[in-house]
Amino acid sequence: MTFSGWATIVLFAVILTALAMPLGSYMAKVYTGKRVFLSPLLGGPERALYAILRVDPKQQQDWKAYAKSLLFFSLAGWLLLYAILRTQNAFFVPHALNPLGYHPAPWNVTFNTVSSFVTNTNWQYYSGETTMSYLSQMIGLTVQNWLSAATGIVVAVALIRGIVGRSGKGLGNFWGDMVRTVLYLLGPISVIGALVLVSQGVIENFTTYLTAHTITGLTQTIAMGPVASQEVIKELGTNGGGFFNVNSAHPFENPTAFTNLFEMLLVLLIPASLVFAYGRMTGNRRQGIAIYTTMIVMFLGAVTVAYIAEAHGSPAQHAAGLHTHVISGSGGGNMEGKEQRFGIAGSALFDVVTTVTSCGAVNSAIESFTGIGGAVPFANLSASEVIFGGVGTGLYSILLYVLLAVFIGGLMVGRTPEWLGKKIEAREIKLAGLGILITPLAALFCTAMATASKGGRASISDLSVGPQGFSETFYAYLSQANNNGSAFAGYTGFIQPNAGNLGSHGVTFADLLGGFDMLFARFAPILFALAVAGSLAGKRVSPAGLGTMRTDNSTFVVLLIGVIVLVGALTFFPALLLGPIVQGLTGHLY
Amino acid sequence: MRRDILTSVIAIVVFTILLGLVYPLFITGVSQVAFPGNANGQKIYVNGKLVGSKLIGQSFSSPVIGKNGKPEEKEEELVTEPDAKYFQSRPSATEGGAYNAASSTFSNRGPNDKATEEADAENIKAYLELNTPYDPTLTVARIPVDAVNTSGSNLDPEISQANAWIQAHRIAAKRGLSLSTVNGLISKYTDSRGLGFSGEPGVNVLELNLALDRLTRGK
Repeated sequence: MTFSGWATIVLFAVILTALAMPLGSYMAKVYTGKRVFLSPLLGGPERALYAILRVDPKQQQDWKAYAKSLLFFSLAGWLLLYAILRTQNAFFVPHALNPLGYHPAPWNVTFNTVSSFVTNTNWQYYSGETTMSYLSQMIGLTVQNWLSAATGIVVAVALIRGIVGRSGKGLGNFWGDMVRTVLYLLGPISVIGALVLVSQGVIENFTTYLTAHTITGLTQTIAMGPVASQEVIKELGTNGGGFFNVNSAHPFENPTAFTNLFEMLLVLLIPASLVFAYGRMTGNRRQGIAIYTTMIVMFLGAVTVAYIAEAHGSPAQHAAGLHTHVISGSGGGNMEGKEQRFGIAGSALFDVVTTVTSCGAVNSAIESFTGIGGAVPFANLSASEVIFGGVGTGLYSILLYVLLAVFIGGLMVGRTPEWLGKKIEAREIKLAGLGILITPLAALFCTAMATASKGGRASISDLSVGPQGFSETFYAYLSQANNNGSAFAGYTGFIQPNAGNLGSHGVTFADLLGGFDMLFARFAPILFALAVAGSLAGKRVSPAGLGTMRTDNSTFVVLLIGVIVLVGALTFFPALLLGPIVQGLTGHLY
Repeated sequence: MRRDILTSVIAIVVFTILLGLVYPLFITGVSQVAFPGNANGQKIYVNGKLVGSKLIGQSFSSPVIGKNGKPEEKEEELVTEPDAKYFQSRPSATEGGAYNAASSTFSNRGPNDKATEEADAENIKAYLELNTPYDPTLTVARIPVDAVNTSGSNLDPEISQANAWIQAHRIAAKRGLSLSTVNGLISKYTDSRGLGFSGEPGVNVLELNLALDRLTRGK
């Protein structure tokens, strides 16, 4: 460990908080229909979009209507993306947009990929530079990077409206919220962010792959593409699907230590700001600060563990005789699968940033993390991505936990639980409970299926013997259920002997199980969150009395952390024991 | 219901045009005008010939010439050996030969895998064989981890300073330069931490090797 390593971690948290507060206020204005400084510029396009879609953003939808619009829109996106990916070498595709003449990937891998991008998961069995044409990357995957992110955000906004609503059942208008999210929030940050990335070395072009003749007489083919425009929304929308196979470890996606910081900030920016927006919209900023505190405490805890574990080095390194402590000119540690420019701290921090959120981008190989270092992303996923979480998904998930904590707190003091003046009753608790448990259920069910069946074990990497094989499988379905998309990348669902998909085939079992895992664990919790919103929206608000449990002080923060840890630990501990914990406790090699 | 379907269809088409065509083409246009070098991958040319990208690591090995005068091949891959007069990059395990930038990949070596230990041990042996003749005090305890662990992308363009300082002994001897000249070049091509505090300093191997060639040719 080094001073600069710790400084990176602390300064990152400070910069994040400083940026998230003002952006939270801005978002609260955007979603309550107030004018913002971009209104003069974007008001015109906004009205034009409403006219083209023939929607009235002021028309209120109840939770069922809101959910219906959301589901149909997601379905339309799914079908279009499937069509685009399966026709990437069709006659109507211009050569310049598929310069290497790549064939489409097989149906089963495409099913997995499409489900993955529509659900904001961005799990990738394929490798970008050997599978996707520029056209597929651009009008297929990039578009879903935007839309799946916006979908998550509007659900969180609708839930907040339900919580604070005082006028009937309306949760807002899905189409209006989508348009405003794209134009006022994702749009400006993406355009500026993409140009910042290019200015630091991220590529953005449509030229064919380069052929270099090296000074020692070898040839090197270098993949190209419109990377920056996708990279920025990949991080900002907590999508995480890499343009290239190695994602943000690739120097063309993440060329310097500065872009590494910048990309991490993009990932956490919206999830963190939404928490402050929530405080603003409830009319009590302390509500937002309490949740933010909960998140940042758990976040820093996770980073600390990961950094210490990775700086210590791995059993395999020590068995080979390597010394892994800091020496002059080298940061030491477990550098297997890590890039020199990021070092141990930059890799550990990135790993935590992208696994507490549903981003799942990686700048180092999680499979090569030490047992304990690798247990950190496991733990983050086991907490169901509520520590910041995905854009929108994080907030609506933690609000379900808040509901549960309020209920438990209410039971302890023996009063009817109230939340922001609204009585919490059986219906809300049932819905919240289901919303919370559905993701772990999907993850554990799929892991059990995959470990117990021959079809599932076929996906385990040849290298991964013993607990590593189980960790790999468990991580795959846990990550897909949480719509995260990071991977112990040895787990495979796609066999591709040649670039361009000729002669390739998918592993149907892993592709389909994973695809359904993602779709189910994405849309079921969304429906439960919207149902909770609908149920709360119609309730009368009563003034807080003496016995009302407060949800904006430190006692509540402790209670909330306790509930999150308890639910996560109780559901996942047995499975975690079999994989990462065994590996963390042993020096034995398999 | 029909209303929702119709709106969904219009919306997905409109958003696809806006976000899938207008947006990326706009970013590409601005990037190509404002940052043409970066947007196209920081290509490096020597005598008008493309030799690589500043950002993408390379293998500094030479093809082994067989008895028949042609480069040897084994399992359809070129057989190569490290070119001792160049700084060597980190080990790379991309398919189809090291530093294949058309197909980036993780090595996925687990922390408790025997295979990882074996790979490390093999890399340590090779590193010692290459460098100990020029730096007799070198032992496994002094080898920096980056010199024997594969990187994330397996395309890492950089090595640690400690790794470069060890190799400097070999380079100086092979090229008839003084150690301080070589170390001076290393400092010149070291990228410091991001914003002064983030990440680790790293030495760009391709730039360093090209600078060495320019220096020795000038003599």
